[in-house]
Amino acid sequence: MTATLSRREWLLSEQPASRRQARLGQGYRTWLALRANPLAMIGLAIVLTLVVVALLANVIAPYDPIVGGDLRTERLLPPSGTHLMGTDEQARDIFSRLVHGSRITLMVVALVAVIATPIGLLVGTTAGYFGGWVDTVLMRITDIFLAFPRLILALAFVAALGPGIENAIIAIAITSWPPYARLARAETLTIRDTDYINAIRLQGARPVRIIWGHVVPLCLSSVIIRVTLDMAGIILTAAGLGFLGLGAQPPQPEWGAMIAGGRRFIIDQWWVVTMPGLAIFVVSLGFNFLGDGLRDVLDPKARK
Amino acid sequence: MSALLTVEDLRITFPTRQGPSEVVRGVSFTLGRERLGIVGESGSGKSQTGRALLGLTPPPGTATAKRLEFDGIDLRSASPKQWRALRGGRMSMVMQDPKFSLNPVMTIGRQIMEALAFHGRSSRAEKKARAMAMLEAVQIRDPERVFRAYPHELSGGMGQRAMIAMMLVTEPDLLIADEPTSALDVTVQIEVLRILDALVTDRGMGLIFISHDLRLVASFCDRVLVMYAGRVVEELKASELDRAQHPYTQGLMNCLPKIDNDTRPLPTMTRDASWAL
Amino acid sequence: MAEALKTGGRSRALPFAWKAVKLIASVALTFLGLLFVTFLIGRVVPVDPVLSVVGDRASQTVYDRVYLELGLDKPLVQQFWIYLQKVFTGDFGESFLTKRPIMDDIIRVFPATLELATFGVILGTILGVPLGVLAAVKQGRLADQVVRVVGLIGYSAPIFWLGLLGLLVFYAKLGWVAGPGRIDISFEYDITPTTGLLLLDSAMQGKWAAFGNIFSHIILPASLLGYFSMAYISRMTRSFMLNELAQEYVIAARVKGVPEWRIIWVHALRNAAVPLVTVIALSYAGLLEGSVLTETVFAWPGLGQYLTNSLQNADMNAVLGGTLVIGAVFVGLNLLSDLLYTLLDPRVRRRT
Repeated sequence: MTATLSRREWLLSEQPASRRQARLGQGYRTWLALRANPLAMIGLAIVLTLVVVALLANVIAPYDPIVGGDLRTERLLPPSGTHLMGTDEQARDIFSRLVHGSRITLMVVALVAVIATPIGLLVGTTAGYFGGWVDTVLMRITDIFLAFPRLILALAFVAALGPGIENAIIAIAITSWPPYARLARAETLTIRDTDYINAIRLQGARPVRIIWGHVVPLCLSSVIIRVTLDMAGIILTAAGLGFLGLGAQPPQPEWGAMIAGGRRFIIDQWWVVTMPGLAIFVVSLGFNFLGDGLRDVLDPKARK
Repeated sequence: MSALLTVEDLRITFPTRQGPSEVVRGVSFTLGRERLGIVGESGSGKSQTGRALLGLTPPPGTATAKRLEFDGIDLRSASPKQWRALRGGRMSMVMQDPKFSLNPVMTIGRQIMEALAFHGRSSRAEKKARAMAMLEAVQIRDPERVFRAYPHELSGGMGQRAMIAMMLVTEPDLLIADEPTSALDVTVQIEVLRILDALVTDRGMGLIFISHDLRLVASFCDRVLVMYAGRVVEELKASELDRAQHPYTQGLMNCLPKIDNDTRPLPTMTRDASWAL
Repeated sequence: MAEALKTGGRSRALPFAWKAVKLIASVALTFLGLLFVTFLIGRVVPVDPVLSVVGDRASQTVYDRVYLELGLDKPLVQQFWIYLQKVFTGDFGESFLTKRPIMDDIIRVFPATLELATFGVILGTILGVPLGVLAAVKQGRLADQVVRVVGLIGYSAPIFWLGLLGLLVFYAKLGWVAGPGRIDISFEYDITPTTGLLLLDSAMQGKWAAFGNIFSHIILPASLLGYFSMAYISRMTRSFMLNELAQEYVIAARVKGVPEWRIIWVHALRNAAVPLVTVIALSYAGLLEGSVLTETVFAWPGLGQYLTNSLQNADMNAVLGGTLVIGAVFVGLNLLSDLLYTLLDPRVRRRT
């Protein structure tokens, strides 16, 4: 019936025959635009590397991250062929610790995103959609949380709940959702009175369905951009908490905590501090590149 | 009437993702101390033509021409220093919307005086006096207040008159008016045009009046250039517009409702692809 | 012609005052919420607050007495009310570490953070604004790319890591600056602290040797904070300038024959300055957050270090007191930035 198209042509077709085709086509075009941006591709590569390294940590790490070697001969060795990034004060291979630490980083990033984004979306869309006192109350709460600098509030929460990686994640998540709520609300306000939404309302859809099924998908792209750009900040906050001893507890190889641990030896054994910091830096950079690239592609207003 | 401005084969190109796009394709005309109207719809290239005459084609666009001369000066090879002397001093432009074309954080008086600051030497008192005189010339009732006012405090008509004052205070020889009344209420348009008319006549300036409003241009100018898709499709005297030759011009004339003619249905323009060649 | 000049002049003052009042009321409400949050956090603590006061070997009667003293038997709302009253009289309780009122502690340490953050934001502004302008004017070219890279590093590098590396390079290896701490012990008693801002105090008292010493201590951490501030400010300046340079009034100025440097620095920047001032205030607020980690690295005796010390010693009252103060300053700076915006933009001033 129809002439056979290559898959690429099918995806880029100007007249999609089905919703699925339109959606896939849209996704493909976004991907092509993203691919044209070299920094965004570098960012994507870094993020994917993080995921892969975290998943295959046991395979990639040559040494045990927790149990060190011989404390007499293998402490604080400089980077070499046997120990790519040297060893720390407990004769543990730093490279292996970094590799295993990537799991912690990934877990923090993923969990915070998974917790904070739905909360932010929910609060923001509800406030924007219903308006009135619902809006005022919800936004007041959001403002209160925004009134604290993120690290400080996370500190206070961890102080209350006790140190540990789970509490750190909860603390960071609690401080991360407000900007998403603000963003979702702004988007909802622009969509709320469109004929499109009015039409659905006329069809008798209840608010929950409208918000969840229609408003949220429209907000999704800006929120995703924001979350990706935020990732770097989340990683830095988590590392900061770790540095202060409030994140994953020793002997867990959390990158921030590793820097704190190596502080005493910085003058002569600089690698103990430098390597974990480089890891944090590179991963944050990766998320920033990716987020910038996504924004250029998905949000034409920000094109500059 | 010696030529004040000579333009031959002006071309303006903008790079786009699909390759270079020529928005002005070989426009030629001469201008003496007379009034020339350039009429066209959006995208016809009329505004870009005006900007190119002042060397203000926005990058990344480029403007080229076989000839582009103002009073004997070759504009194509003018140095930035020469341009700074020409712009404001001898050539000027009134823009469309005073809301945007006046600096919102500077008072009107300062902005007018600034035009004088870079053309000729005069003391601050002299500059102020000339600015005030100019504000009176554009028939602003309370020039002292307007002098100290910020642009957002003025109504549209007043703002546009302030803009005219600012651009004419240095007594240029050539004025380009780029849709000077398009952002104004109809009643105000006539007032502003009258002021412009008087000033241009009194000072013997050359005027290029760019607009989409054919009737306005016809009543105001001596000659009319009709532009379509980057080209001049017709050039004729304003008084001879009813004898236009090109179908596009004829179409434009037909679209104007006539009070003594009951043509129903109202004629619409059918565009011929050949006009865009 | 019946066109009138819209009213201006004297009537500007009143609407502005009204808007300021509304803003302050809104902020007060937010601050109340802030207090509630810290209050709640204080109640979430798994550590028994009574035990932290009496120790775990106290008798039951002592325990009960302190329990009543702390008002823990009262309903939550009433406890909150008591808490509010205490806060507004400046009573944050006592730090069980220093055995002194927390308010006194905070007043003692705050100037150090203030000095550091102020120096940092000044550096950030002096460097960031011109850099941002340059990046906007030379958009797409080398200067722009440099600013982007500088900014990206600022958004991606952990501040405490850079601080440690800075100490390693500039203090340990190169010896260009002094090490951690605010002042060498040998100079410490030369100055009588009046404002608590040591640079100011030493200059006012003419103690120039001490001044030099203080300067060499503060320059590295201030530069660190300044770098992060600069990354943010330059990025925003660039963005605002690009916005302004695309406006019609810029073209009108060119038509008048105004030279390009004046268009950039007088016309465009003056317009960009309006949102820029708020950005600087926000950057200042952000440096408070950065100071927590920076002070730990540089053993800087400011509010940040106080906070982390209290944290590591589970001194909850001190942590909450410090959090509250930082939150209050943060809110205050946000308020200031909103007010400044209203003040500086003649259009906004009028519209109210």
